[in-house]
Amino acid sequence: MIITIKQVDIKVNDEGYLTDFSQWTKEIGKELAKENEIEMTDKHWEVISWIQEQVAANKPLSIRGIKKSGVIDIKQFYALFPGGPLKVSTKIAGVPKPKSCI
Amino acid sequence: MGKTKVRKMLFILSKATIENVYAAFIMANGARMEGIESEIFFTFFGLEAIQKKKLEHLRVATVGNPAMHIPTMLGGLPGMEALATKMMKKEMEKLDMPPVGEFLEILSDSGCRLWACKLAVDMFHLKKEDLIDEVEDIITIGDFYARADQENTHLLFI
Repeated sequence: MIITIKQVDIKVNDEGYLTDFSQWTKEIGKELAKENEIEMTDKHWEVISWIQEQVAANKPLSIRGIKKSGVIDIKQFYALFPGGPLKVSTKIAGVPKPKSCI
Repeated sequence: MGKTKVRKMLFILSKATIENVYAAFIMANGARMEGIESEIFFTFFGLEAIQKKKLEHLRVATVGNPAMHIPTMLGGLPGMEALATKMMKKEMEKLDMPPVGEFLEILSDSGCRLWACKLAVDMFHLKKEDLIDEVEDIITIGDFYARADQENTHLLFI
């Protein structure tokens, strides 16, 4: 599926997750956040960068991992990305939706 | 906020065996991760999972559990439960599943609300101090039903 954000054609899957991370820019992240009614702050970007680093290093994402991240605690994570934080933040980060059950 | 049709999942945990406790925890946490509200009502043996002194000593049942694939008589031998529990915990750690205490912290931080059943607390002669701090209150089943009295709410007994 192709969606257009800021005049750029972006490849996404059925759930709206980017399928080609090389297409990701901060601008796109910002637009994806808006679709989820999130106004990005420095803290949001800090978490997004951390998530992208984890994925680049092939480390699985989980809520327990967030707890240990040192970047954010779980309460803040839920407050920053309401409505399913790991699902929402990975979408904004342009990485695949985590497959973990925990 | 959430766009799911299911709005709230309420779990009643009545057992203290590891597999049942984790089933409740994983589903309650999974709900929060999908943007669904979740709460757990600990009753009867389920109370063991929120007692400070007991929660890290929960076990797998080796007797009366056909899925263990060991004869019932062997399952009853001293040390069998401990051994089976140790093996299971090792496998869980490999999958990065948190131990019970840490899981409860994660649930609480994630906004999953934890309640203790008043009748069971009275029956086992427990006090609020015996329970972990994350437990919000000791409530009756009536109170719990009141929490379920909303559209798109599901109750699950474990």
